[in-house]
Amino acid sequence: MIIKIIAIIIGLAILLMALIAVYNKKLIVAIVAAGVVSLFASVMYLLLSAPDVAMTEAAIGSGLSTIIFFYVVNKIRKNRKDHA
Amino acid sequence: MNILAIIGAFVTLAGSIFLLLGSVGLLRMPDCYNRIQAGTKASTLGTILSFAGILLIMPGWWGKLLILIISVILTNPVSSHVLARASYHKRVPLTKATLVDKYQEEEEYIAVKDQHKEDQNNDQT
Amino acid sequence: MVETILTTSMGIMLVSIILSIIRFVKGPCYTDRVIAFDVMTISSLAIIAGVAYLSGRVIYLDVAMVYGILSFLGVLVVARYMEKGL
Repeated sequence: MIIKIIAIIIGLAILLMALIAVYNKKLIVAIVAAGVVSLFASVMYLLLSAPDVAMTEAAIGSGLSTIIFFYVVNKIRKNRKDHA
Repeated sequence: MNILAIIGAFVTLAGSIFLLLGSVGLLRMPDCYNRIQAGTKASTLGTILSFAGILLIMPGWWGKLLILIISVILTNPVSSHVLARASYHKRVPLTKATLVDKYQEEEEYIAVKDQHKEDQNNDQT
Repeated sequence: MVETILTTSMGIMLVSIILSIIRFVKGPCYTDRVIAFDVMTISSLAIIAGVAYLSGRVIYLDVAMVYGILSFLGVLVVARYMEKGL
């Protein structure tokens, strides 16, 4: 019973975070919201009893893609400062 | 129904109450630094207590739960400290009710001392 | 008895996640959002431990370990970016 309630709340939270990631104007907030989407999706896979998929999702979606996004944003900002 | 499992369940309940208090503090504090304080400290204690409760209920799982508790103790205060330092260097404003700001006084003192040292070097040369 | 108390405490942890989501939506500066992210992850760790007891599988705790370490890494990267660039 409590597992069903947790699944419903976490699904709604995934929807809300995805809307924030699409509609927010600031880039950092969008990247962090995308990381939250990935972490909650990992909890969702865990509640659907797939621990291996959950582990992969937490490693790739939250760790690697967030770091790569921040690296790229940093590089773009530095290039723009050099040209201007 | 042994007595250890019931104690563990109550310890887990206490941990969840600490987590709830932490996030209420996250909602109601006036300032960014106060929010860091409330959120991170209370949630660290709450998570440690709930892991300890699961450890009392299921004593066979002690290895992984002990690793989890140690990793939470090591990583969570570090992330709080790093966030507070980054937001101070980015000049996030303090709240209106702030009385003292020791870190700014320290930085001014260090700047004055460096200036003094440079003056002495110029005098010698 | 034990399962009833554990279910209640998991409900309280869920309420804590909802409150930090409200702070994530409202938050005026970046630090508020990052700290709301941290509190969300920490509460999810406790929920994962409860789910691992209720379904009786040890392997869920492995997922909790990976989850905690990667959330710490994410917070560290954001703070480093805010301070002086990656």
